[in-house]
Amino acid sequence: MKFEAEYRTIGKVSGPLMVINSVKNAGYGEITKIRLENGEERLGQVIETTDKFAVVQVFGPTSGISIKSTSVSFLGETFKLGVGEEMLGRVFDGQGRPKDTKAAYAVEKKKDINGEPINPVARRMPSDFIQTGVSSIDGLMTLVRGQKLPIFSSSGLPHNQLAAQIARQAKVLGKSESFAVVFGGIGITYDDASFFIDNFRKTGALKRTAAFMNLADDPSIERILTPRLALTTAEFLAFERGMHVLVILTDMTNYCESLREMASAREEVPGRRGYPGYMYTDLASIYERAGIVEGKKGSITQLNIITMPGDDITHPIPDLTGYITEGQIFLSRELNNKGIYPPINPLGSLSRLMNNGIGEGKTREDHRGVADQLYGAYARAQESRSLSAIIGVEALSESDKLYLKFGDDFEKRFIAQGDYDDRTIEQTLDIGWELLSELPEKELTRIKREHIEKRHLNYRVKAEAEKEKEKDMKKGVRQ
Amino acid sequence: MGSIERISGPLVVANDMFGASMYDVVRVGTGKLIGEIIKLEGEKAIIQVYEDTSGLRPGEKVVSTGKPLSVELGPGILSQIFDGVQRPLTAIKAKSGTFIKRGSDVEAIDRKKKWEFHADKKIKRGSHVGEGSVLGYVDETGLIKHYIMVPAGVSGTVQSIKSGRFSVDDTVAAVKSGGRLVKISMVQTRPVRQGSRFKSKIAAEVPLITGQRVIDTLFPVAKGGTAGIPGPFGAGKTVSLHQLAKYSDASIVIYVGCGERGNEMTEVLTEFPELKDPKTGKPLMERTVLIANTSNMPVAAREASIYTGITIAEYFRDMGYDVALMADSTSRWAEAMREISTRLEEMPGEEGYPSYLPKRIADFYERAGRVETLGGSIGSVSVIGAVSPPGGDLSEPVSQGTLRVVKTFWSLDAALASSRHFPSINWLNSYSLYLGALKKWYDENIGERFEVDRASAMKLLQREAELKDIVQLVGEDALPDTGRVLLEVGRLIRENFLRQNAYDEVDAYTSLKKQDLMMNAMLHFGEKAQEAAGKGVGTDMIMALDVVKKIARMKELKEEAVEAEGKKIISETDSQFKKLVAEHGIEEEGVKS
Repeated sequence: MKFEAEYRTIGKVSGPLMVINSVKNAGYGEITKIRLENGEERLGQVIETTDKFAVVQVFGPTSGISIKSTSVSFLGETFKLGVGEEMLGRVFDGQGRPKDTKAAYAVEKKKDINGEPINPVARRMPSDFIQTGVSSIDGLMTLVRGQKLPIFSSSGLPHNQLAAQIARQAKVLGKSESFAVVFGGIGITYDDASFFIDNFRKTGALKRTAAFMNLADDPSIERILTPRLALTTAEFLAFERGMHVLVILTDMTNYCESLREMASAREEVPGRRGYPGYMYTDLASIYERAGIVEGKKGSITQLNIITMPGDDITHPIPDLTGYITEGQIFLSRELNNKGIYPPINPLGSLSRLMNNGIGEGKTREDHRGVADQLYGAYARAQESRSLSAIIGVEALSESDKLYLKFGDDFEKRFIAQGDYDDRTIEQTLDIGWELLSELPEKELTRIKREHIEKRHLNYRVKAEAEKEKEKDMKKGVRQ
Repeated sequence: MGSIERISGPLVVANDMFGASMYDVVRVGTGKLIGEIIKLEGEKAIIQVYEDTSGLRPGEKVVSTGKPLSVELGPGILSQIFDGVQRPLTAIKAKSGTFIKRGSDVEAIDRKKKWEFHADKKIKRGSHVGEGSVLGYVDETGLIKHYIMVPAGVSGTVQSIKSGRFSVDDTVAAVKSGGRLVKISMVQTRPVRQGSRFKSKIAAEVPLITGQRVIDTLFPVAKGGTAGIPGPFGAGKTVSLHQLAKYSDASIVIYVGCGERGNEMTEVLTEFPELKDPKTGKPLMERTVLIANTSNMPVAAREASIYTGITIAEYFRDMGYDVALMADSTSRWAEAMREISTRLEEMPGEEGYPSYLPKRIADFYERAGRVETLGGSIGSVSVIGAVSPPGGDLSEPVSQGTLRVVKTFWSLDAALASSRHFPSINWLNSYSLYLGALKKWYDENIGERFEVDRASAMKLLQREAELKDIVQLVGEDALPDTGRVLLEVGRLIRENFLRQNAYDEVDAYTSLKKQDLMMNAMLHFGEKAQEAAGKGVGTDMIMALDVVKKIARMKELKEEAVEAEGKKIISETDSQFKKLVAEHGIEEEGVKS
């Protein structure tokens, strides 16, 4: 065992930071153990090192730390997490220590929590359709395995309910492969945490779940670690144990706040709205840890929740997130106020990987066309709505009136569904067709002719009528 | 040789570095991480490290290589994918697997592979050659001849030159230069932060044809020109750049993925080898070099990636090729600069960016251009840079710095994108300053009509936007038929000309000729429609004409069918309007009674 020198040379404590003097060669990013007078131990990390002193950031409160009696030892390595399959079914705190029981789990490997960047050449293009059972997602912003798709929400909207519903219902059609959920609670309330845990327990998913919980009253500096612990666990399960892992990180806004807190403690030059200039890079080091790689069976799909401060999508947190993630699911307060659950506004939502996961053999041949047409028609419905607000419904043209009705029906029948309503992709697209059939056929310019003839209600009704007729005739012959 | 004194993120301070020069490349620590000196203070050197510095300790060694950050150039570079400091990612994968390990030391160019070198027949013993003179070529890919040029600093008489199979390090020629014999191999190195020399810049007067209608017809960029494409996330920057990389008629494409998504590079890597060059049928990958420094790769290497890309572009330009460089996204490059500047504790300029940001942006775009090369041929580098303004607000420093230097501006519009109008280039506030310079080329190659039609189309779209504002207030029914018809024609152009489906086989690329025919058919219809509306024919009747559908579907026509079909559409337009006006026009009735 390596000799651990203990330093009693703390020069300064300020916020979460400590300066340790007379340290000659602390490694950058090295983990330190801080021992208080009463025997309590806390972890810290070197964030700047020189040949004279080291700056250590404490994961946890700095209360009780004294320049006189606290000692610091350097552990010779960066932050590593012991990972193993037995982590499934367990709950950990924000630093990765078991929280549910004191029982240890079998550690199969120790992994650096910062991970390493995936070589872009080693990635495989995500293309397996994940059916979430939520029509607006499956139909219009399809999720695929290995994607990172955040939920852009705001306080007071049912993002937790939606995330839990997705975790409960998500499946890849026609395949039964081992899956796991890794949950990273970042600065969430006890209520929110237990909502998720109860939900996983009720559906039996808990034994396939590893949860890391940094609660609202836990040290905010710890929040820097929590998502990295979750993703390190996910990488182990996905790329070394071949599981398909769904990672839910909530709430990334809390993560960014503590990043800002840390930056200002370090007296760094602040960027936009006080967030550090490197927040983009930092967020990328989390979000980019999703994907599928060549030669490995598993995958990591990320579903991150972001509550937009002041419902503002241009706020740096959703803004930088949107530049990194592969689309977003946008929750709208307006739809929520109308009583529509899930209040997903398709016009602000997008899945960049949708094209790879849909179409014949994956979902259905008419999926692209139906989605485009629904998008187009709903956008048009919004125009009609704003027009009707100015000139009144009576003055609208016939087609505007049709679109107005379409908009309402679309929200009520396509977007709205129960939180235990698990729709197949077939059902979703069929509802789409029912709605589109309200519109004149010549308006359906974004769908291929052959698909219209096969799926449009007018033709289906005709075809069915003919079938009936045929049957009747056959009967007649028999008689 | 020095040792580390301080480490803070990607920044390392080393002492005992007396004698090292600015921008020298150094190897840092026991892991021999690659770094570059960015500041000197007495015997201290401040170094930005291109790899993760975790675990590095004060006291570890720092060794200067004595050379500036450079790229290696030679056969074997095409269809490769490199990181920001030109390490080949495919070779790194073979060596260290799925994840990129630190200190991966892999040669940029394969040393073992043999190439067939064809010496230039005109070059013999005794020929005089100088920097940039072409000595011969290698058929690097089926698509591109890789010319071997005399490197910088060498000029004199050829002592020997031979064709044959060589690896890149073998001597293919010897030149007596300044009293010493210089052996020339097929590989040369160039410093990345310095533009390479050329004889003179010449006017950019040939368009870079992209096959994208809104770009080619309305807002073209010249070969050797610059274009900026700013837009909020989800507006389709990356898809647009991918389209340009696929379809633009440059001989060489350099695609720099600078701080963007890993999966996007994977998409390029999976798609490009399958896409065929329309002229030769060879995979497009054979003319492409990818630089991928994704957002989670080290930030200092991201800063370098832009320079690595443009230096490779200049190298091919010097061979006489038209090169197009796409940089996605220059904002991430600027952010990397900001991050390093902050760590250097420099006085920040606007929004925390260093005050030299606008200068660096200008320097970068200035390396574009159409030139007469030292070797005597004509080559060009066109630069198209994506900008990712926070919140889509163009008043921020990177957008502003870019707009001041680029001559074409494609403004991506979030509202268009959310109604799935792609490419979401807003036709009302985008511009191209190359129109005048390109006019001669259009007149000679497409016909004078092209320019005239462009101007009419712009006018019509502008008028349409004004009318739409009015409609927002009073409803469409309040407009006279001439106005309503104009709205319909505007919509026809927007939906079927400006909008283009990147995922449709035929629609993804439209030749200039087809663009000309389509625009002409639409404008001709517009003229006739105005005439008819003026004579009292109702808008609904005009838009119900059979020919409308045909015009709308022109985009679906195969290239070879367009010419004949175009003529037919024009004559059908004429005859159908004639009939319509005769039956429903008011004047005619007036004459009758």
